[in-house]
Order: sequence, then structure tokens, then C-alpha cells
Amino acid sequence: MNRITQRMNALNEAGRKAFVAYIVSGDPRPSVTLETMNELVDKGVDIIELGIPFSDPMAEGKVIQSGHERALEHNVSLTSSIEVVKQFRERDNETPVVLMGYANPIERKGYQIFADMAADAGVDGVLTVDLPPEEAVDLNAELKRVGLENIFLLAPTTTPSRIRDIVSLASGFIYYVSLKGVTGAGHLDLGSVKSKLSEIRKMTELPLCVGFGIKDGASAKAVSEHGDGAVVGSVFVDRMGELANASDAEIVSAVGQLAANIRLGLDS
Amino acid sequence: MNDLTSAENIDYSCFPDERGHFGIYGGRFVSETLISALDELAAIYGRLKDDPKFQEEFDKDMAHYVGRPSPLYHAERWSREVGGAQIYLKREDLNHTGAHKVNNTIGQALLAKYSGKKRVIAETGAGQHGVASATVATRLGLECEVFMGEEDIRRQSLNVYRMKLLGAKVTSVTSGTKTLKDAMNEAMRDWVTNVDDTFYIIGTVAGPHPYPELVRDFQSIIGREARKQCLDQTGKLPDVLVACVGGGSNAIGLFHPFLNDETVKMVGVEAGGDGVETGRHAAPLNDGIPGVLHGGRTYLMEDENGQIIDTHSVSAGLDYPGVGPEHSWLKDLGRVDYVAVTDEEALSAFRELTLVEGIMPALESSHALAYAKKIAKDMSPDKTLVVNLSGRGDKDILTMADIDGITV
Repeated sequence: MNRITQRMNALNEAGRKAFVAYIVSGDPRPSVTLETMNELVDKGVDIIELGIPFSDPMAEGKVIQSGHERALEHNVSLTSSIEVVKQFRERDNETPVVLMGYANPIERKGYQIFADMAADAGVDGVLTVDLPPEEAVDLNAELKRVGLENIFLLAPTTTPSRIRDIVSLASGFIYYVSLKGVTGAGHLDLGSVKSKLSEIRKMTELPLCVGFGIKDGASAKAVSEHGDGAVVGSVFVDRMGELANASDAEIVSAVGQLAANIRLGLDS
Repeated sequence: MNDLTSAENIDYSCFPDERGHFGIYGGRFVSETLISALDELAAIYGRLKDDPKFQEEFDKDMAHYVGRPSPLYHAERWSREVGGAQIYLKREDLNHTGAHKVNNTIGQALLAKYSGKKRVIAETGAGQHGVASATVATRLGLECEVFMGEEDIRRQSLNVYRMKLLGAKVTSVTSGTKTLKDAMNEAMRDWVTNVDDTFYIIGTVAGPHPYPELVRDFQSIIGREARKQCLDQTGKLPDVLVACVGGGSNAIGLFHPFLNDETVKMVGVEAGGDGVETGRHAAPLNDGIPGVLHGGRTYLMEDENGQIIDTHSVSAGLDYPGVGPEHSWLKDLGRVDYVAVTDEEALSAFRELTLVEGIMPALESSHALAYAKKIAKDMSPDKTLVVNLSGRGDKDILTMADIDGITV
């Protein structure tokens, strides 16, 4: 069984919600990423979403755009990010890692080569923001071939018939985009999240993780009450940016503290 | 995906397919939140494009607001000096607001009106599309916000002020390279946030389906007119069409109504900047590879990791690392040739047409003129070559003065 499903099953049995943390690979510099991943796990993160930096991150708000730019200044790439996962797996063989990014770096690498590299390194899932199911057929086949989960987004604007189509292709978990907007936006509406999640729930057994606009333990807990977990990203990336000139140890510790607080809120 | 590898036996009017694909190009590569808005747009456009009332309104605006049909002008003196084919200029520079861009913004603003949206947004590089969007928005009483790279705002201060006079809000984009591609990213981010009440007027034949199709359809008025005018004036179809290609909307507008005319040869001219061999250019069809950006698959300028790279051109309107997907398809099919001319060649064509014909072309269109001259001289005088003079050069006067070391 894939690490994502194992983890989600274990959480479900324990009556806990999944804490999914997003950071950008190589932000603010490559030396800090591996230790940050380990620290996140130590502080209670269940699934790591490793953002692959891209020059044109269309779905990101200002905070995560800046994270991508900081990483690109160090020439962080899809290849070097997969290498980090490989190193992470030397110590941690249980925490699921999902690569989250945009289609073009994967297109450039080639779907087949990418799928093989990612599977060999110990990646568990792939979420390609700008690859809706209609355009994901070929990548889907490659991911399936090597046993990687293809994580799809559902949005407040996704129609019921589309939800049915997408959940039939998705695996691992469903990433529900909580609002109409970009990452880090400030207009989360819990009421609409709740009603959409219950609509989706009727159509799939897959775990539902909610992201976009979740800033702390309280909002993480609130959104996950109607789903199976919360995705938190901008808060971590923002801290990375503030501490861009601090030492690796300071950055790792600060991000760890944030994670510990969110875990506490999620479990309260 | 279709496996056609030859340009023979293709009915070009049948593309894109229902999901927006031109062969392997085009499509819809956006985040899930925008899919329903694109479906809605495709549905509304599908309904209106054959609606006589909509067409009548569009045609009326084209005639009385834009000033169409634009003339097809036989540049006799220039043809004589070049010493080969007869060169005709399709005078899109005479349109209201000074370029072909308005054909598309009128069409999309009508779509916005019919969709009941109160607000329009647009991206702009040189500012021409921004001005054309602000113009139609204010006329229809729609709120308008234009996204423009910080770098372009500095280079094109005149157009920024024009947009403000027209009541638009101009928002400076400071991410990435601070140019057109980043302005387009920011417009997409705004759209995803305000998708319920906002219509995104994309300025070229790029972006996710159905934009490449509908922008092409609105711009095809250029080619439909040119085809008829050419038959009227010369009694035959033209031998060669030449147009500049940035995103490629003026080129596809001229080419599309001729694609099924096998005898008509077509050339798209990209911005060669300092020269394609130097890497400092904006010519993805000459020196790029297929990839995914701004919602579609197309030829792109990118590095070995798939990151989009900086482009260079003296002409801000061609300074874009991608190109409309239909052009990528036409290139692979061999139906259209895509070449590049350098900044220097374009500047020289700008000066030449200004002095010989008294017509000051936009620097974008000057690329097409430069290449037309190269091939016209090797053609016989009974041949006809049509160049799309996509815009006027008024907006480039400060750039020219700067190059000449003159403070205006």
C-alpha cells in the first residue's frame, strides 16, 4: 500500500486529522530543505508537499511566488528537488511526500523519465496545478505505471458532474481548494467549504484535504472538521522569507515551532 | 491528439477540436478553479458566434467605431524601390486606437456584456492591448483594470497615461521579469479571485481554450477583408502574406481566411532581437521547444529545467516567450514559414517606410516589413505580397528618439 493511503488510514483509525505542510524546495536556499522536512515531521506533520519552483507560478499568491523566486536564484530544479526526497528517505521511510508544481518542468523532463526518477527517490504522489484531468491523461498513465498517486484539485467552482469525473481518476487524496483565489488569500468562507465538502463526500471515499487560505491551528481545525485534513503553506513560506538571511538552524527551528502550534490547534 | 504530419488535405477551418487542441498544441492547462469559467465562456461564445444579432453588433462597431474595412494599400513607390513583387499593406494602423488589437477587444467586450460581467481585466506589454481594452470598457460602462509589468510601465509611460485618461486602473506587476508574461500571470490570479463578476480580455491568440479560437475569429476580419480587397484590386489571390508574430494575433487574423488556399504562401516574422544565434531574442518558433505556459501547450523559450527565460526585442509588443498554439501547429505542419529579423533590420524598415511612403509603422509591424523587403526583391513584378501593417508607430517615437540620442 502507498504511504499516503497507509498514513490516511492510520489517522482515520486514531480519529485524527491529517496535517499537510507545503514548503518550496530550496527556499530560501537549498541547504535548508532536508532539515526542514525532518523538523516538520518531528513536530507532527503527516504529509509533506514539496513545491517545485517555477518561473511562472500562476496559482500562487505573493508569498509563495517569492518563495519560488528565492529558490530559483539558487537554480533549484525538478531534478535537485527529487534528489532531496531521496535523501529524506534515507532517514524517513514512512512520511508521505507529494511533489506539487506546474506542468512545464515535468514536460521538459519527459513524463516517463520523471515518473521513474520520482518513484526511485521515494516520492508518493504528484500534484500538478495546471494539469486538469483532461490534459493529464498521459502523465496519469506514467504515474500509475510506477505506483505514484495522482492528486487532483477540486474547487468551489467544480460542477457536480466534473467532481464525479475527477474523483474517478484521483488517488491518494483529494485536494480541495477552499476558495476562489490564489494561495495565501484571506477570504476563507467556512460555510461554503462545509457544504461543498459534504457534496464531494457523497461521491468519493477518498480522503479530502483542504488548502488555500489556512493560516493557523484554529483555521486548520475548522476546515478539517468537514474533511480529513488541512494543507498549510503560505505561513511557512512567509516565515522562510522573513528569515532568508538567518542561519539554517534558525530557519528550521522557526518553521518547526509554527508546525508544532498548528498541530496543537488541529488536535485540540 | 491528431497524427496528421502533412499540411495536405486539412480543412483549417475545423480547428481547434472541441477541447481546444491544434494537433498536440493548445488545450486548457489551468488550475481547476478556472475550468468552469472557461466552460461558461466557451458556451457563450459558441452560442453567440452564429447569432445574427451579435454579429450585427460586432460588424456595426467595426464599421463605425473602428473605421473598417481598413484599406489595402498598394505601396507602389516602395515596391519600385525594392524592385520585385508588388507590395500591398493591410492598414490596421488606421484603426481606432492605432492597431489591430481593437478588433479583438470589441469582440470580447461584447462577450463580457452578453455574459453580464461588470468588470474587465487585461494584461498588456507595450500598452496597445491595454489601451484598446480601456477604450471599449469605458464605452460600455465596464470597470477596467490593466495589469502591466513594472518594467513595461517605465518603458511605455505614454500608453500608461492613455489608459488612465480612459478611466482604467493600471496595476504594476513586480514579480518575475516584470514584463508581459508576468502581467499575464497576475491577470490570471485576479481572474481566479474575481471569477464571478470579471471577464478576462486576453490580448492575443494564446491562453487556455477557448481564447486562441475566439481571438482568432475576431481578428480574422483582417484576412477576410484582405482576401476580398486583393481579388478586387488585382483580380487574383496574393502570392505571399507576411505578418509579425509575438503572441501572433495579427498574423493569424491575416492568415486564417487564406489557410485553405493552397497557392498562398505565408510567413510569420518573429523578433530576432540581437540575432537568433545570440540567444537574446523573442523567437520561440525559431529557437524554442514545445512546453506549457499560460494555459496552453506551445513553443516556448525556456531553459533546460523548463523555466521560462527572459526575452529581448526592441519592440515591446513582440517581447513574449510564448506564441499562440495555432502557430506552433502551422509551423510543424509546414503550412506557414516562421522566420526572424533582428532589431536592427526592423529599425531600418521603420525608417524606410516612413521616408518612402510617409507611413510610420509600429516597431512590431516593422519586423514584417523588413522580411517582406528581403523576399519581395527576388519575386517577379507580377507577383503580389501582402504585409500586415498591424499598428502605427506613434507609440514608438520615444524609443526611436532614444536610439537617435534625441530628447523629445
